[in-house]
Amino acid sequence: MKFQVNNKEVYASTGGRPFDKNKPLIIFVHGSGLTHMTWVLQTRYFAFHGYSVLALDMPGHGLSGGESLKSIEDMADWVSDVIDSVGYKEASLVGHSQGCLVTVECTARNPDKIKTLSLMGGAGAIPMNPELLSLAENNDPKAVELMMDWAHGPAGHFGGHPVPGLYHINTGSMLAKTRTIKNTLGVDFRACDNYKNGFEAAKQIKIPTLSILATDDKMCPVKEGKKLANLIEGSQIDIIDNCGHMMLLEEADRVLNVLKKFITTNYPAN
Amino acid sequence: MSDKKGMDPKTYKFDTLSLHAGYQPHKNAGSRQVPIYQTTSYLFDDVDHAAALFNLERGGHIYSRISNPTVAVLEERVASLEGGTAALATSSGMSAIFLAVMTLCEAGDHLVVSSQLYGGTVNLFRLTLPKFGIKCTFVKPRDTEGFKKAIQKNTKGIFGELVGNPGNELMDMPAIANIAHEAGVPLMVDATYQTPYLCKPIEHGADIVVHSLTKWMAGHGSSMAGIIVEGGNFDWMQNDKFPTMTQPYEGYHGLSFAEEFGPTAFTMKARAEGMRDFGPCLSPQNAWNVLQGIETLSVRMKKHCENAEKMVEYLLGHESVAWVSHPSVPDHPDHDLASKLLPNGKGSMIAFGIKGGKAAGEAFINNVKLASHLANVGDTRTLVIHPASATHSQMDEATLKFAGLSHDMIRLSVGIEDIDDIKNDFENGFRAARKPRLVSNQ
Repeated sequence: MKFQVNNKEVYASTGGRPFDKNKPLIIFVHGSGLTHMTWVLQTRYFAFHGYSVLALDMPGHGLSGGESLKSIEDMADWVSDVIDSVGYKEASLVGHSQGCLVTVECTARNPDKIKTLSLMGGAGAIPMNPELLSLAENNDPKAVELMMDWAHGPAGHFGGHPVPGLYHINTGSMLAKTRTIKNTLGVDFRACDNYKNGFEAAKQIKIPTLSILATDDKMCPVKEGKKLANLIEGSQIDIIDNCGHMMLLEEADRVLNVLKKFITTNYPAN
Repeated sequence: MSDKKGMDPKTYKFDTLSLHAGYQPHKNAGSRQVPIYQTTSYLFDDVDHAAALFNLERGGHIYSRISNPTVAVLEERVASLEGGTAALATSSGMSAIFLAVMTLCEAGDHLVVSSQLYGGTVNLFRLTLPKFGIKCTFVKPRDTEGFKKAIQKNTKGIFGELVGNPGNELMDMPAIANIAHEAGVPLMVDATYQTPYLCKPIEHGADIVVHSLTKWMAGHGSSMAGIIVEGGNFDWMQNDKFPTMTQPYEGYHGLSFAEEFGPTAFTMKARAEGMRDFGPCLSPQNAWNVLQGIETLSVRMKKHCENAEKMVEYLLGHESVAWVSHPSVPDHPDHDLASKLLPNGKGSMIAFGIKGGKAAGEAFINNVKLASHLANVGDTRTLVIHPASATHSQMDEATLKFAGLSHDMIRLSVGIEDIDDIKNDFENGFRAARKPRLVSNQ
C-alpha cells in the first residue's frame, strides 16, 4: 500500500492482505540497496495469521518516493515516523543486515514503542570494504555482483530456492538494480560505514530480541552477530547452518519457523 | 567485508551452472544426481502448512501440475544460464509460448509478431489466438521500423525468434527491445535456436525468453519440454496496460503479482494462474532428461557450430546448391548483427536452395541416409526437412512467401557426427537430386 510519511509517498507490502489497524503491527526493514520484496517469504505468513504487516521500501528505494536517507540514525527516526503515520502506538520490528542497524537504533531511541526486535544477519557495525563502497558510489554494477556473491553462502550459490523456479542470485541482483545504484546501494553503504552507535544502542535495549545468524555469512559473520546479541539483555540467538547472509531467501522456511515462534510468543496476535 | 582480495565476483560461470545450478545434494539424501520425483502430490505437515502453501506464504510443492522438485531444478538451471530471475517449465515449446501469451494478454489485446517463425507458432498467432480475442500484426524480421509502426494502443508485447525459422533472417533484438520499451510493453524472444550458450536475449533487452527445450538444450531428440524465462527488469507498473499483473487478483485473495513479486511477477502469475488453469506441466522424467542434456550444452554447441560452419563452406562450393543462408556467411544480410549478438557461434541451422526446385529437393531428402528426415531440429544427429511440404505445409502460398520460404528450400540441422560422413551422405542426396525422376523410379 502507499501512504505518506513526512509528506513523502511511501510504499510497503502488506503481505497480500488488507492493512487492518486492529491487528498488531510488524514492520520489516530491508538491507542495503534492496526492497520490500526480500521479505516475501516471511511477510505473507504473518499477514495471513493475525498481524498487520508493513514490509517497507525505504525512501528512494523500490516503489517509495523521496531520496535515500543518508544516515542510520535518520532511517531509525523514519521507521518510528512510519509507526506514527499509520496510526499505531507500537510495533514489532524485523531487520536484515543494514535493517538491523536501523531497527537496533530505532528500538534504543523508542524504548516504549518497539515491543519485539528480530535481527537477521545483524552486527553492531558494518564497516564497508573501501573498494566496494567506491564501486557503489560510482554507480558500477560490479558492486551489485560482488554483494550478491558475498551475500550468498556456498550452498546458496547453487540455488535450490524454496519457491520453485526462482533463481535468487539473479533476483537479488535485479532488486538491487531497481533504482540507480549510487542513489540506493551507494548511499546505504556509506550510511552503514559511518554508523558507530550500534553497540551502545544495543546496551539500551530491554525488549525481547532474537538474532538469527548464519554459519556461512561472510558479510556479518556469526561472531559479529553474537557480539551484538550478547549486549542485549536476554536476547535469543538462533544459528542456521549451511547458509549465507541472504538467509531470508536461502533458508526461507527455517528463518520463518524461528521468527514465527519468537513473534507469536512475545508479541501474540489477538 | 574488509578483505581486499578477490574483488571480482566469484559467482559460478556458465559451464559450472550447467552442471550444478538449482540443486543442493545435501537437501536430497546426498544424491549426487538430481532425483526424479515421480509423484503427483506432496504431504502437508499440518493444516496450517497446507494453507500457507496455497496462500503463497511459503515456497514448496503442492501438486505436480503446478510444480515438482525435479522440474524446479531444471527451471532454476535455465534461469541461471539465461541470466533470468525465474523460469517456468512446460510440456513443450508451444505450450511455453501459449502460456506466456495468455499470462500477458486478455481478449481485445494485440501483439506485434515477427513473420519468420516456426510454422506451428505462425498458426498459433495467425489462427488460434484470434479465437481468444488476441490479434496479431506480422512484420518481417528485418523491418525494424515496421515493428514500431505496427504498435497499436492495445498492443501488449512484441514477439519474435532471434534467428527466424527456417530462413535464418535475424531480428535486430536490441533495437526492437527499445521499440517495445518505448511503447511500454515487453519483448518476448524465442531463443530455441541459440540456447543461452550462443545468446542470452535478456542481456540484449528481451524481457521474456521462451525455449523449446526439446531441441539443443535437451539435445538428444528424446524428450519434449519448453520453458518461459523472466528477465525481471520489466516494470509492469509503469502504465495501466497490464491490470492482471498490477491489480488485485481475485484468484489469490486480492494479490497483486507485480507489487508482491516484482522481478519474478510474470513467472509467479504464469505458474499460479496459467499452470493451475491450463495445466501444460512438464513430466519429471522429461525434466531429468533435459537436465542431462544441459550438462553437456556448451560442449555440444561448440561441435554443432563447428560442423555447421564446415557444412556452410561445403554447400557454398557445391554445384547442386543454388543458395545458402546462414549468419556465418559474410554476405548474409545479417552477418554483422549476428557477429554482435552471437559471438560464440552462429548456430547449426542452415537453409539452402537446391537446384532443380521442389522435385530435386524431394529426391535429395529421399536419398540421404545418415541425415534423418524428420520434423525436429537441434538433435545430436543431423536432420533435414523440406519445410514447404512439411513443417510449414499448413501455410498458403502468400504466407509462405511472407515468411521467406521457397519451394527449393531444404532446412538442415547440423548434428555432431564426423563432418566427412555428413558430407558423404549429402553427396548421395545431391547425386540423386540431379536425376530426380530416374532415382524416384528405382
